[in-house]
This record gives sequence, structure tokens and C-alpha cells, in this order.
Amino acid sequence: MLKIVRYVLQDIIRSRIIIAYTLILLAASFGLFNLGGDVSKGLIGLLSLIMLVVPLVCLIFGTIHFYNSYEFIELLASQPLKRRTILLGEFLGVAGALCGALLLGIGLPVLLYAAGATGFTLLAVGVVLTLVFVALAFLGAVATRDKARGVGMAMLIWFYFALLHGGLMLLIMFAFEDYPLEKPTMAMIALNPIDLGRVVVLLQMDVSALMGYTGALMKDLLGTASGISSAAGILLLWILIPLGLALWIFRRKDL
Amino acid sequence: MLVSRHLTKSFGRLRALDDVSVSMERGQSVLLIGPNGSGKTTFIKCALGLVLPDKGELTLDEECLLGDPMLRRKIGYMPQIGRFPDHLKVGQIIDMMREIRCGTHERSDEDLIEAFEIEKLAHKTARTLSGGMRQKLSACLAFLFDPEILILDEPTAGLDPLAAEILKEKVHAERAKNKLILLTSHILSDLEEITSDVLYLIDGRIRFYRPINELFEEHGDPKLGRVIAKIMRETADA
Repeated sequence: MLKIVRYVLQDIIRSRIIIAYTLILLAASFGLFNLGGDVSKGLIGLLSLIMLVVPLVCLIFGTIHFYNSYEFIELLASQPLKRRTILLGEFLGVAGALCGALLLGIGLPVLLYAAGATGFTLLAVGVVLTLVFVALAFLGAVATRDKARGVGMAMLIWFYFALLHGGLMLLIMFAFEDYPLEKPTMAMIALNPIDLGRVVVLLQMDVSALMGYTGALMKDLLGTASGISSAAGILLLWILIPLGLALWIFRRKDL
Repeated sequence: MLVSRHLTKSFGRLRALDDVSVSMERGQSVLLIGPNGSGKTTFIKCALGLVLPDKGELTLDEECLLGDPMLRRKIGYMPQIGRFPDHLKVGQIIDMMREIRCGTHERSDEDLIEAFEIEKLAHKTARTLSGGMRQKLSACLAFLFDPEILILDEPTAGLDPLAAEILKEKVHAERAKNKLILLTSHILSDLEEITSDVLYLIDGRIRFYRPINELFEEHGDPKLGRVIAKIMRETADA
């Protein structure tokens, strides 16, 4: 498997998209840290950026990479290799390259301007979200044969988690504001990896009072330490479940 | 050595393979022919483990091919369309395949790498290769590990006449070493000189499976294309 990972990485790091992604992240992070004047403002800005851009790039790049590698994956599958090895190799290669771009593009500025617990939490969340959304991209790509439909699905997944889910949550909270909503709200947060990531960073920043209802709730219900660890646990499931499903489908798939 | 028993595969409502039972031995060179959608590629893909049949089994030297990926070490495959990761160099692609196949073969066979002068392309990235060059690379990779079975899907499509001739000679030489060759082609005249048997599929069923010499003698015509056309007309009349 590591052999495949190595060659997939060697292929992807030369792709212009990954290079552009790294440079854009670098420029944006330096910009945010310098324009705001205040480090914590810079971090908040960076948080919003990561929550929007990382899922989008991972979904689109992961999906397109999978479809473009289709003939190559077919060739690998005709070799004495297990299907699981092939898919995991591709996954780790793509996720590894995107994590590398993130660590360079955001890690470097964070190290220079905000080398504290919050900064590193932000980076860790970025890495975890990369894994989650590459796994979701692979799941979508494995499940659909048609490239256009697969890319469409990736866009839909992003649109839902980045925008729609929050709106739906607000709607439900307005509609049922007369009822106790702590538990359902927690459940709804757990259903969105982006929200989970945001909660982890904000709890770490200890500005939960500033971030309104969900943060205060999380802090109130779980406290900082256990809040972070349970959110991290659920995020881990967000990697393992899509990846497991993708492997399950891929093992039975007619190539 | 390669035996299929009652192999059946449907894609939705389409029966791509319908109860195909066939046995192929070392030293044979089997040409799979049939109209588009007749199940040629599906049969090949079943043998490679790329497509999982609904029913039936496929064995290689009495071992079931469907359960054990390691059995594929005995197979070399040249796909119809070879596409490689855009930014990898030709040399890296060959190295990667060597690493994947490391320990699964006794000797490597670099005849085609030399004949096609692949060394000259070693520093080109896959993205910059023309269709014919990719075909050459695919062919090299199929033969590189000295496999006992060679599966070549439309091997001469896209190759220049010289390269096609080199490849045909190589196939001929490998068959003489008592290997099984499985070929497909839609141009019947193209591969008849390196074919020993013809397997004609139509709508996923075997129409016939006979030695090519027998077909020529029976119809008094040494051109496979004309023989097949004649058989098809007879079928239509009957």
C-alpha cells in the first residue's frame, strides 16, 4: 500500500491545483494575520476560511482525481493487489497531498504569528476535515460511475455541510424555540463535520460566550476538555464511516 | 489452464455474458471476436477480477480466480486504453509496477522495452505521451513480468505499423514458450496470423469456439473476415 501512496503523492504534488491551493492558503493566512492587527482576530478569520475552503477543495479535487485515475485504478486492480490496498493507497495519497498543502499554506503562518494551543488546534482540525472530505469525495466517486454526476454530488455535499445545514438548524431552533433544544442541537452539530470542527476550535479559544448558543451549550454540557474530546471522537467517525463504506462498495464494484 | 464454467453476468437488463463455459490451454492463442456489446471485454474483465460475475466460476490451473488476487501474478494485461497518472514519468511508472510485482515473478522480460526504445521516453511525463506511446508502455508492462497468461485488449489499436509488427512478433514468440494468449480485436484481418483459435461471442453467448485452420479449411477461404461474414449470413438465412 505504501508503494501506491508514494507514487500517488509524487504524481499529485506536481499538479498545478495543489500548488495553487498551497499558495492561495499562504497568501490568505499572511493577509489575515497582517490586516487584522490582532492575532486572535486573524485566527477567527482563518477559521472561517478553513471551514469553507478546505471542504470544497477536498471534495472537488478528491472526486476529480478519482475519475481521472479510473483507467489507472483499473490497471492496478488487474495486478496482484487487493482492492482495499488500492483504494486506501489512493485515499492516503490524495489526503496526504492535501494535508501537506494545508500544513504548508496555513501551518507556516500560524507557526510565525500564532504558535499557541489555539493555532495548533486550528491546524489539527484542518487536517481532520481534509481527511473527512476526501473520504466523502471517494465515497461519492466510488458510488457513481458518471463523472459529471459525481462532481455534482461533491458540490451538493459541500453546499449542504457548508451552508444548508446551519440554515436548517437555525430554522428548527426558531420553529421549536419553546421547547428544550439542548440535546437535539448537540445531535444536529454532530451531523455536520464542519460544525464539529468549528466547535473544537472555539472551545479551545475559550471564547464560547462570544459564539452564542451552540458554544455556550457545548461548554455548559461537556466542559472544555470533554467537549473537545467527544467532538474529536465524532469527527473520527466522520472519517471512518465514509471510508469504510467506500471500501465496501469498491470491493464489489465492476470496474 | 483457464477454464470458465457457466459464467454469467448482467448489467441491469443487459446480459453481457450468458452461461459461458470454455476451456483454454497453454500454447493456445485465442482471438475473441464478436459485435460491439457481445461480451468480449466483460469476459476479459472477469478473468482479471475487474468484473465480478453473477454466476459461474473461473479457474486458473484449478484455482478459483475470483477469490484470490495473488493469482493475478500469472497474468499480464494490456488494456484497450492505457492512462497513467499525469505527472508521473515513464520511468517512475515502470519502477512502480516493478515494486508492486516485486517477488511475484521469477524473471523480467525487457524485450519490448528495448524494442520500443522506452528508455528514450523515461523522462517524459505520462501527460505528454501520445496515444501510441501509451499503448507501447502498456504493452511493455503487460510483458514485463514474464506472465503465463497474456491478455491483450485491442493490442494493435493506435500503434504504428512497425510497432504493431514488433508486438505481433513478441506475441508469437511468447506463444511458442507455451503461454496462453487471449486477444481481442475488431479488425479481423489484423491478428489472424498470430491466432490459433477463434472464440466468437454474440449477445453474451458462445457462437463457436474452433481452431482457425479448421475454419479456413471448412470454408475454403484463408481470410478470417470473409469466413466470419459467411457464417453470419448463413446464421441469418437459417
